[in-house]
Amino acid sequence: MDFLGHYNYWIVIFLMMAGLFTVINRGNLVKKIVGLNIFQTSVFIMFISFGYVTGGAPPILEDGITLYANPLPHVLILTAIVVGVATTALALALVIRIREAYGTIEEEEIHVQDQDF
Amino acid sequence: MIVVPLLAAPVVAMLPNGRLPWLLSSAVSWAVLAMAWCLLRGVLDTGAISYQMGGWAPPWGIEFRIDTLNAFVLFVVAAIGAVVTPFAGPSARSEVPERLTSLFFCLYLLTYTGLLGITATGDIFNMFVFLEISSLSSYALIALGRDRRALTAAYQYLIMGTIGATFFLIGVGLLYSVTGTLNIADLSARLPALEEVRVVHTAFAFMVAGVALKLALFPLHLWLPNAYTYAPSAVSAFIAATSTKVAVYVMIRVLFTVFGVEFSLREMPLQPILLVLSIIGVIATSLMAVNQLDAKRLLAYSSVAQLGYMAIGISFGTVLGLTAAITHIFNHALMKGALFLALGAVAYRIGSTRIRDMSGLAKVMPWTIMAFAIGGLSLVGVPLTAGFISKWYLVSAALEQGWWWLAVIMLLTSLLAVMYVWKVIEVAWFRDLPESRADVREAPLSLLIPVWVLVLANIWFGIDTRFSAQVAARAAEALLGVAP
Repeated sequence: MDFLGHYNYWIVIFLMMAGLFTVINRGNLVKKIVGLNIFQTSVFIMFISFGYVTGGAPPILEDGITLYANPLPHVLILTAIVVGVATTALALALVIRIREAYGTIEEEEIHVQDQDF
Repeated sequence: MIVVPLLAAPVVAMLPNGRLPWLLSSAVSWAVLAMAWCLLRGVLDTGAISYQMGGWAPPWGIEFRIDTLNAFVLFVVAAIGAVVTPFAGPSARSEVPERLTSLFFCLYLLTYTGLLGITATGDIFNMFVFLEISSLSSYALIALGRDRRALTAAYQYLIMGTIGATFFLIGVGLLYSVTGTLNIADLSARLPALEEVRVVHTAFAFMVAGVALKLALFPLHLWLPNAYTYAPSAVSAFIAATSTKVAVYVMIRVLFTVFGVEFSLREMPLQPILLVLSIIGVIATSLMAVNQLDAKRLLAYSSVAQLGYMAIGISFGTVLGLTAAITHIFNHALMKGALFLALGAVAYRIGSTRIRDMSGLAKVMPWTIMAFAIGGLSLVGVPLTAGFISKWYLVSAALEQGWWWLAVIMLLTSLLAVMYVWKVIEVAWFRDLPESRADVREAPLSLLIPVWVLVLANIWFGIDTRFSAQVAARAAEALLGVAP
C-alpha cells in the first residue's frame, strides 16, 4: 500500500531517469534538450509533491479551514520554471546557430566536421 | 552592490553600440570593487553583516549574509571584474561584431551580477537562482566566440551546467522537505539533529555532485576546456578567474556551513572520494595540458588541475587545508587572470592563440610575453610569486596530516606545470619571428595596463601575504568553528 501511496515520487524518479537517459543517449541536439526538459520537469513535480498536504486548502484565510498547504515550494518552482524556460530558449537558439554553422544537428556529424577542421 | 550591475545591465543593452557600453560597464565594475573593499573592511572589523530583504526577518525572509569568506570571495570577483572590464573594451572590439557590443556588455554584467549574488546570498534557493543567472549569461557569452566551435562548446556547457544546477536544486528540495527552511544559517542549526535521516544523505550526494559539475572537478570537467578555448579572450579571462572560484566557494559553503565538517568529510565517504579524484585529476589534466597545441586550451586544462589543488585543500577538512584552498582561490584568480589577459593581448595582435603561431613574438611584443612568463612562474609556484604561497600552504597542510607522498605528488605536478609553461615561453622567446609577422607591434597600452596590474599583483601577494593568507586563515577558522 505504501508502495502505491507514494506513486507521485515513483513518477518523479521515472521521469528523472528517462530525461537523463535521453540527454546522454541521443545524438540529436534537439532531442537532448527535450530530455533536459523532462529531467527538469521531474524535479518540479517533486517540489510540488512536497508542498501538497492531503486535504489541505490553498493558503487563503477563510473561516472553517485549519489545514493549509505550504505555498512556498510552489513559489520556488515558479522561479525554477522561469529558469527552465530561459535555459530551453537559449539552448534552442544555440541549436539554430549550430545548424547555420555546421548544416546539421547530429552530434556525430558535428564531431566529424570538427575533426577535419 | 548586487543591484548596481543588475540595473546597469538593461541600461547598457539600450545604449548605442560602440564605446559607451564599455565605459559604463567599467565604471560599474570599479564602483563594485570600491563597495567590496569597504564591505571586506567592515566584516573584518565588526564580524558578519546580515541584510534583510524588504525587512523580513530570517529564516522567513530572504537574507544576505556576509562573513569573512563571503567578503573575501566577493572582493576577488570584484577585483577581477574591475581589471578585466577595461580590458574587455578593446579586446571585444576586435573579436565581437560591432552591432553586438552593447549586448555583449549587458551579458557580461549579468554574469557579474550572478557571481556576486551567489557569493552574497544567505539563502540556498537564491543561490540556485543566481547560479542560473550567471550560467545562462556565460553560455551566451561563450557562444559569441569567433570560431564556430564556440557554439558547440556553449551547447555542451549548457547541457552539463543545467544538469549540475538541477542536481543542486534536487538537493535543495530534499533539504527543504526535511527541515522546512532555506536559510543557510538556519539549515546548519537544524541539520545536526537529522544526520541519521536518509533524505539528508541523498540531498548531500545530489548537492555535492551538482556543485562538482559546476566547478569542473576532475571527471566532470569535460565542458571546461572547449568553453575556455573558444570564448572571446576577455570572457575566458573573466570566467576562468571567477566562475569556477565561485563554484569552489559554493562547495565550501555547502560542505562546511550547511552540513558541517564532521558530517561532510567524516561520516559521508567524501574525503577519500574527493582526495583520490582530485589527485588523479591534477596528474591527468597536467599531462593533457602538456600535449595541447593551443595556448588557451593549455591554460584551460591547467585550470582543471588547479581546481584539483583546491579540492585537495578542501578534502583535508583542517584549518590549514582550508586556508590553502581559500588562498588558492585568490591567487589562482590572479594568475589565471593575468595569463588569459596576456593571451588576449596576443590574440588582439595576431588573431590566434595557437602556440605555433606565437613563434618569436617576444621580439615584437616583449611586454606581453614577459607578463605571460611571470604569470606562468606564478602558476608553477616559484618563490616570490603568489602561486608559491598557496602551494606552500597546501604542502604544509599535507605534511601536517603526515601525507608526505601527497607533497611529493604536488611537487611532481608542479614540474609538469613547468613543462607546459615552458612550451609557450620557448616558442615565443627563442624561435625566430616569421617574415609574415614582422609588422606585428606591441599590444596597445589599454590592454597592457590591466595585464600588468594583475602581474604586479601576483608578485605583490607573493611577497606580502599579510592580506591574502591572513584573511583566508580567518575565514577557515570561522568555518571550522575554531575561533570566533
